[in-house]
Amino acid sequence: MSDTLIFFLIQLLNAVQYGLLLFLVASGLTLIFGIMGIINLAHGSFYMIGAYLAFVFADVTGNLWLALAIAVPLSFLLGLLLETLLFRFLYSRDHLYQVLLTYGLILVFEELRGITVGNDVHGVPVPHFLDFSIPLTATLSYPAYRLALSVICLVVTALLYLLIQKTKLGMAIRAGAFNREMVQTLGIDIGLIYRLVFALGVALAAFAGMVAAPTTSVFPGMGNQVLIVCFVTVVIGGIGSIKGAFLGALLIGLVDTFGAVYAPQFSGMLVYALMAAVLIWRPAGLFGATAR
Amino acid sequence: MTKQAWPILLGLGLIVLIALPLVAGKFGLDLAARIMIMAIFAMSLDLLVGFAGMVSLGHAAFFGIGAYALYLLSPQYGGASLFLSLPAAVVAAALAAFVIGLLVLRSSGVYFIMVTLAFGEMFYYYANGARWLGGSDGAYVYQRPSAGPIDLGQGHAFYYLVLIALAASYLLLRVILRAPFGHALRGIRSNDHRMRSLGFATPHYKLLAFVIAGALAGLAGYFDAAQFGVVNPELFGWRLSGSVLMMVILGGMGTIDGAILGAAVLVLLENFLGDLTTHWLLPMGMFIVAAVLLLPQGLIDPASLWRTTRARRHV
Repeated sequence: MSDTLIFFLIQLLNAVQYGLLLFLVASGLTLIFGIMGIINLAHGSFYMIGAYLAFVFADVTGNLWLALAIAVPLSFLLGLLLETLLFRFLYSRDHLYQVLLTYGLILVFEELRGITVGNDVHGVPVPHFLDFSIPLTATLSYPAYRLALSVICLVVTALLYLLIQKTKLGMAIRAGAFNREMVQTLGIDIGLIYRLVFALGVALAAFAGMVAAPTTSVFPGMGNQVLIVCFVTVVIGGIGSIKGAFLGALLIGLVDTFGAVYAPQFSGMLVYALMAAVLIWRPAGLFGATAR
Repeated sequence: MTKQAWPILLGLGLIVLIALPLVAGKFGLDLAARIMIMAIFAMSLDLLVGFAGMVSLGHAAFFGIGAYALYLLSPQYGGASLFLSLPAAVVAAALAAFVIGLLVLRSSGVYFIMVTLAFGEMFYYYANGARWLGGSDGAYVYQRPSAGPIDLGQGHAFYYLVLIALAASYLLLRVILRAPFGHALRGIRSNDHRMRSLGFATPHYKLLAFVIAGALAGLAGYFDAAQFGVVNPELFGWRLSGSVLMMVILGGMGTIDGAILGAAVLVLLENFLGDLTTHWLLPMGMFIVAAVLLLPQGLIDPASLWRTTRARRHV
């Protein structure tokens, strides 16, 4: 194969990897909106928190996998706690107040991060047995960790699909999105379901931050960067639709990666242009039922 | 607070603001000017959020356009002409609001929040990377504009200009909201479908409101750049959009006076906390969270705190 073709394939791999990672964050955002009707600006902060947890625990334990084993349950707990203390009171409130409260939360999280870990840029080392590159041609190669990252994301995506489509809990979750009162009447504790879904969303975003940490650096503001792209993803896919979020994330991965290679002068804006185009074509997103 | 007391309070406030340069020092006047600039910005957003029911989280985009317009129109080592640069900044912001409005008004509700946020960030990333706009470092506006013989860098000229702009914006919004247009906006807020079936071309009304709000935000941004003499991409950013939304909601949306109150409280709080600690965003964030949970009607109606606690007791 020629070098240009290999180069193209590498970009394709990068695009898919970015898209899958984005999906992990966006899926939580769209789940929390679709099921509880909450618009959560602080969702990007969970990604940031995940990355910093990975940095701290990988530093202490010296092993990224061990850090994951500690940090994922921790972020799930954080989700449970936040839902119980704050988000529970937002379900009946207007979107406006949800925006405001979660905006306040971003400020709190960012400052707490600044106080505890500081504002420096950090790196997380790639696990040893994945710390090599797969040679493709004489000059081009692909880092093994990035490939593993795509596989990890795919596995988590499959698990999420199974959880929501094939289990009893998933059935209750889907029913809860459809009709809250009816589910309650059937004797299912909808409050508990909400709490679990919220914590799941937090854990997914934090997990994405953790596994992404070795490929990107860990820096202040990383949460907000990802939040905006997630919003674009969810708007393109249709708010509340997981299928839409998956397709939207892959689309953004492709546009962003190939945009940076073939049209670098417009690279930052192409994603927004894509969103504008989708909105003109389908105002409710690709899989949105109606614009709410 | 009774309805009759408002005009008297407003008149008193205006007199205080006019007389302020007699008693306040440079710091106090700068702070007052900053509050008035943010008040113009907050009022413009209140037109969208409080009256038309359109929650924009990208309103800083137009603020930034106004600010960058002054930068682009200022000669490198001199001041721009006020009569040229101010209208240009306002028109630029209005034009941008028209184009963006055509796109974002296709959506509503949560979509609208997300899409406006994304468009605001688009401007942020563009300015961040554009060398002709100074990139991520921003750029300096070395001299304030001048209005003929009056140099806005001298004496209290700038302060009074901002005060006039605030009063004019306030009156403009009052007139607009009392006119049939304002009533139509309120109707759209409570029921878009019904307004449409009554024969109102609601998209046109919303677009016009979006353009007016954008123009006023551009005016505020223009003054911001003139006051601080510097522009940077943060002026387009979501943090500013969020904090102006805070001012509107905190003050009590749907009341133009509330937006001014919210702006004053937030700017003062920012200043006070900023002096107290470098980590001032932490108490600020906690204040916002607490305000949402405890004061559903905003600061302009503190009685709501009492009502919510009482309502909870009855549950």
